[in-house]
Amino acid sequence: MKEEQKMSKPILATTSLAGCFGCHMSILDIDERILQLIELVEFNKSPINDIKTFTKAVDIGIIEGGCCNSENVEILKYFRKNCKILISIGECAIMGGLPALRNGIPIEECIHEAYIGGPTVQLNKNHILPNDDELPMLLDRVYPCHEIVKIDYFLPGCPPQADLIWNALVALITGDPMKLPYEVIKFD
Amino acid sequence: MSNLVKFKIDGTECMAEKGSYIVDAALENGIYIPTLCNMPGVKPKGACRVCSVRINGRLMTSCTTPVSDGMEIESNSADILDLRKAIIELMFVSGNHFCPSCEKSGNCELQALGYRYKMMVPRFLYDFPVRKVDASSPKIIKDQNRCIQCKRCIKTIKDEQGRSLFAFHKRGHDLEVILDQDLGKKITEELADLAMKNCPVGSIIKKEKGFEQAIGRRMYDHQPIGIEDK
Ligand code: SF4
Ligand code: SF4
Repeated sequence: MKEEQKMSKPILATTSLAGCFGCHMSILDIDERILQLIELVEFNKSPINDIKTFTKAVDIGIIEGGCCNSENVEILKYFRKNCKILISIGECAIMGGLPALRNGIPIEECIHEAYIGGPTVQLNKNHILPNDDELPMLLDRVYPCHEIVKIDYFLPGCPPQADLIWNALVALITGDPMKLPYEVIKFD
Repeated sequence: MSNLVKFKIDGTECMAEKGSYIVDAALENGIYIPTLCNMPGVKPKGACRVCSVRINGRLMTSCTTPVSDGMEIESNSADILDLRKAIIELMFVSGNHFCPSCEKSGNCELQALGYRYKMMVPRFLYDFPVRKVDASSPKIIKDQNRCIQCKRCIKTIKDEQGRSLFAFHKRGHDLEVILDQDLGKKITEELADLAMKNCPVGSIIKKEKGFEQAIGRRMYDHQPIGIEDK
């Protein structure tokens, strides 16, 4: 390991965009190694600690989920600006994932199905569509994160296996080559 | 003995029967060259290009090229491995491959090659094409989102009269492999099973059979596709 490649207690941030929080669950799935993790890194903005805004420059940003609305894009750009390294974790961040099943369906049709025509829509008698200014705008389709900003590393899986996330973090922090046994790379 | 030819793959001395195709000859000598459209017992067609190797400076599909005496084949050099990986990546971006919701996941040859070649993300942009799903047959679903147009179904799924149940439809960018609407309605249980099995990806799915095996028990969960490199 080269000394200059080793980070001094790196700062880590995470976010979930158009994802299901499964990738974050997989981060927690490193089990007791979570104790090692808090020795190895300092957490900044993340849903895990509920820090809402960056309070310092971050070394590693972990992105779960792709971009399906304007808020996702804004947060992703906010992460890119504040993190030295960005990692897309999970199928949604990498290729849109299940939310991207709507790509190819016109947005009007999606909204109509969700709020007016869908078989489970029963209470919306006045056919109101979400129209509050506070609500983020849906994008025309779901975008993989690397189509919006530069992403440095990708960890596939739905969710990525805890070992894959752990191996990647350890490699980044220590500067050692990443362990990639066959069984940790999966697309489901 | 006169039937045997000597050749080299990446410098390794190999021997095989004269006229056998490079992929098969390689396998006999313990060397794996990946394939997707190729199937044992079916005339090879060199459609998917995943089995590309270099002979005399030229890229050739090893499923359609017979070995000859003294042939020197380059297979596992860095640029050829990367070319194969690029072909696999192209297949992922040119269809809609949502592995987490695919019935074939874990048993899919395309996905397994993605694993074998450690595809973390395709280098190409996702196309998100608009494709149809044909569920008109009582026994199978033909999902165009996942079809890699390998023709394995066209070549192997035939009724008692020898008629193919699957066929090419349209041309160029719109080309599809479709299920014959009439024959699809009459497909037997056995043929439906075989169609799902012979499709390397999840484009032919048996109805009411999805997600039969638990994660961890599927073909490529623990074991890579192909044989170990020597
Ligand atoms: S066909 Fe294979 S690669 Fe495509 S979605 Fe299904 S499992 Fe994934
Ligand atoms: S349906 Fe399956 S077997 Fe038929 S051409 Fe498409 S990928 Fe190949």
